[in-house]
Amino acid sequence: MSTAPLPVALNTFREAVRDRVLYNLVFFALLMMGAAILVGQISIGIDRLVIINLGLSAISLIGLVMAIFIGVGLVSKEIEKRTLYSLLARPIRRWEFLLGKYAGLVLTLVVNTAFMTIGLAAALFYVGRPLVPTDLLILVAVYFILLELALVTALALFFSCFSSPMLSTLFTVGIYITGCFAGDIRAFGELTRNPAMKILTRVISYLVPNFHNFNVIAFAAHGQRIPFSLVGHNTLYAVLYVALLLIAASAVFSTRNLK
Amino acid sequence: MSRSSRSRPRWTALLLIPLLFAAVAGLQTRIDSEMGSLTQLGDDLFLRSPSAIKTVSLGYESLLSDIYWTRTVQYYGGRFATEGATFPLLWPLLDITTTLDPQMIIAYRFGAIFLSESGTGGAGRPDLAVELVKRGIRSNPDDWRLNTDLGFLYYWRLRDYPSSASAFLDGSNKPNAPPWMKVMAARVAQKGGSLDTARMIWSEIYESNKDPKIRERALETLRGLRAEEDMQQLNLLADEYQKRSGRYPASVSDLRSAGLIAAIPVDPDGYPYLFEPDGKAALDPRSPVVIPKEIKTPPTPGHY
Amino acid sequence: MSMPAIEIVGLTKDYTVGFWSKRVRRSLDNLTLAVEDGEIFGFLGPNGAGKTTTLKLLTGLIFPTSGTARVRGRSIDDISMHREIGYLPEQPYFYDYLTARELLDYYARFSTYSSQDRRERVSQLLERVGLASAADVQLRKYSKGMLQRAGIAQAILHEPQVVFLDEPMSGLDPVGRHEVRDIILELKKQGRTVFFSTHILSDAEMLCDRVAVLAAGKLQGVGAPGDIVSLEVHTMDILFELRPGQDLPPGIAHKITRIGARCHVEVPEHELYAVLDELRRSEARLLSVLPVRPTLEDYFLRLVGTEGAVSRGVEVTTT
Repeated sequence: MSTAPLPVALNTFREAVRDRVLYNLVFFALLMMGAAILVGQISIGIDRLVIINLGLSAISLIGLVMAIFIGVGLVSKEIEKRTLYSLLARPIRRWEFLLGKYAGLVLTLVVNTAFMTIGLAAALFYVGRPLVPTDLLILVAVYFILLELALVTALALFFSCFSSPMLSTLFTVGIYITGCFAGDIRAFGELTRNPAMKILTRVISYLVPNFHNFNVIAFAAHGQRIPFSLVGHNTLYAVLYVALLLIAASAVFSTRNLK
Repeated sequence: MSRSSRSRPRWTALLLIPLLFAAVAGLQTRIDSEMGSLTQLGDDLFLRSPSAIKTVSLGYESLLSDIYWTRTVQYYGGRFATEGATFPLLWPLLDITTTLDPQMIIAYRFGAIFLSESGTGGAGRPDLAVELVKRGIRSNPDDWRLNTDLGFLYYWRLRDYPSSASAFLDGSNKPNAPPWMKVMAARVAQKGGSLDTARMIWSEIYESNKDPKIRERALETLRGLRAEEDMQQLNLLADEYQKRSGRYPASVSDLRSAGLIAAIPVDPDGYPYLFEPDGKAALDPRSPVVIPKEIKTPPTPGHY
Repeated sequence: MSMPAIEIVGLTKDYTVGFWSKRVRRSLDNLTLAVEDGEIFGFLGPNGAGKTTTLKLLTGLIFPTSGTARVRGRSIDDISMHREIGYLPEQPYFYDYLTARELLDYYARFSTYSSQDRRERVSQLLERVGLASAADVQLRKYSKGMLQRAGIAQAILHEPQVVFLDEPMSGLDPVGRHEVRDIILELKKQGRTVFFSTHILSDAEMLCDRVAVLAAGKLQGVGAPGDIVSLEVHTMDILFELRPGQDLPPGIAHKITRIGARCHVEVPEHELYAVLDELRRSEARLLSVLPVRPTLEDYFLRLVGTEGAVSRGVEVTTT
């Protein structure tokens, strides 16, 4: 097994850093500081709740924006800028290149999220020391957010292999929103009487990646235990779906003629 | 790349991808049940303020209201009849749904029944139900059905007969209002609480609603009202029996032997009535019929 | 006979053009060619002839409609073939946020160098292409010429046996072109095979052992450069200066281009001396007489002009 994906991944990470993507952390830090100070003034017992809700939502949203906007350009940018030409002439298979780009963006997201989580912990500490053991649930919520981001990145990468950044963004955002409401689509289908509609909504709701699986922000905020089996199942779900998308991306990209 | 060595990875992909989709769908059902049990324990609506949601929805209120409505139904259906069920989120969900779409009549009607119902069947908040339905009437001034619901609420849950009568009266003047509404207004104003009136109101709720849960509830209540009527009738006959024989009947067949009734009456679910030791008619303990509690605790003694 | 470095058999590339009508445009038509080990091989043709298409097919960037090719005995399908090739794309672009050193270091990681060796090799290459002083400047600040040098560096970085260069001289000033020519010759001395495309005949003439000529996707002929050039009818370019107050000499039928006192005229070789006589009579000051080197463009314009006929005089030589 060649190590070709590794330098690609590290270079993708380096590109994100040099593109000043990580500056979003400054925004996040300011947000958290502002919230912590504001909430400290109000102090009616829901300060920790607000910090956790706000922090986790911001981590999720910022991560999402990064995953989509960088993700849709992962392949298309290299094709457009022709940087891919000299790379693919080297002993690197096309799928190895895809895997490297994917891993690089995921690495960027993990690093970014880690810093944000530290920021969140700091804000939480400022607002309501000491930290309680149920705060570890925040880590579970962050882990789930990372799983979600990994899925969205794979989605964006897949589209990047054959469509322009603008279209890819549309598709990715569209599927993301559909995936968030997959449960509702299923419920909708159960309410209708039209059997064709029932089947259609069922099929769509299962095929689309169910992003709401990963949303445990409310539970973490309320200190409610998250069963281990859910952690396991969600991890497996993310792994399988990412694999699906990467295989599909590879199938599309391996036979693409580069203009 | 030659055609053949290009197509081989394509075929593997073509095979793997549907397999993965199947695996993912199977996993999803498991995750769904896990998430479902999680939400049973502790719900939260992150955004509770309806006006906030309306602002955020950026013009897609109609769609969002549909989604919230679906969630409301799911929320209620998922908790209904579970041990110790409460519905703290029912009001916020309905509040949001109707704020996003003030014309969603079904939401008002649903709330009228299930927000006001106490016990494991509802949220036990008739006051909120009234507020909800009144809001509905304000936004839909020509819809007579909401007046039915308001009349129902005042009558059945709150025993406020004057308000109930005026709700029915107002409704009777609205376009396409059925003639019975005037009748109902008069009955309620005159007679106040009575089984007959109650039965009429619940029949109307059954007829004018399409939501299956509401209809089911109505049928249940009607069965209970029917049984209560039967039992009141049986009590009258028992009094007669007592007059004649000096004691109360031990069972319904006593009445038959005494020639007071022709056949053994059964309740709407097919179980025979029986007499308690104190001589009062009662339901067979195996019967699923439930006498509505609104009847069991009359506001004034001897008069329901 | 040793195995050819590059063996192309019936290589064809079609593109479908148009959304509904699906017309087929054949950009490479049945190319069959062999390049020997250690040759400098020129791939000539006008713009749009299919040279870049061929190079992209050989380097795996696009896939053939039919036909095969082998490099150093390995099929172009085989990823391990890429260990032995280097490629300079036409108008190369690189990651502009990297420095030249970082770029080369990155590419070197796809070969099996130890980190020590890699560092040394990168430094060597930067020296060789003349980028040592700009090695730690980001590529976005590089001029076109510097980018071209970086491109050549990455093509030969990993000591490949076969080097593909697409228009290596483009964007370079005369000094740069001289350096590239030196590098190509050095590669040959090292026993490597160089396959480069160009539309400038003089470059090919100077460097190549053999050339292939491509036009409109079809191979027009293969042979030593002299075989192609020698059939050209030469035109001579005369540069002369008029004396103050002097008019253009009357007897010259050909078009004279005039800027101030200086004049150019192109005359066919056989009329040269007649025109020179005319100039002598007019006492214009003769500055230079030079043969006009046809570019391949002219050659092909003429080729295609004669109803697309292939020049009969060009031999197809085989090894």
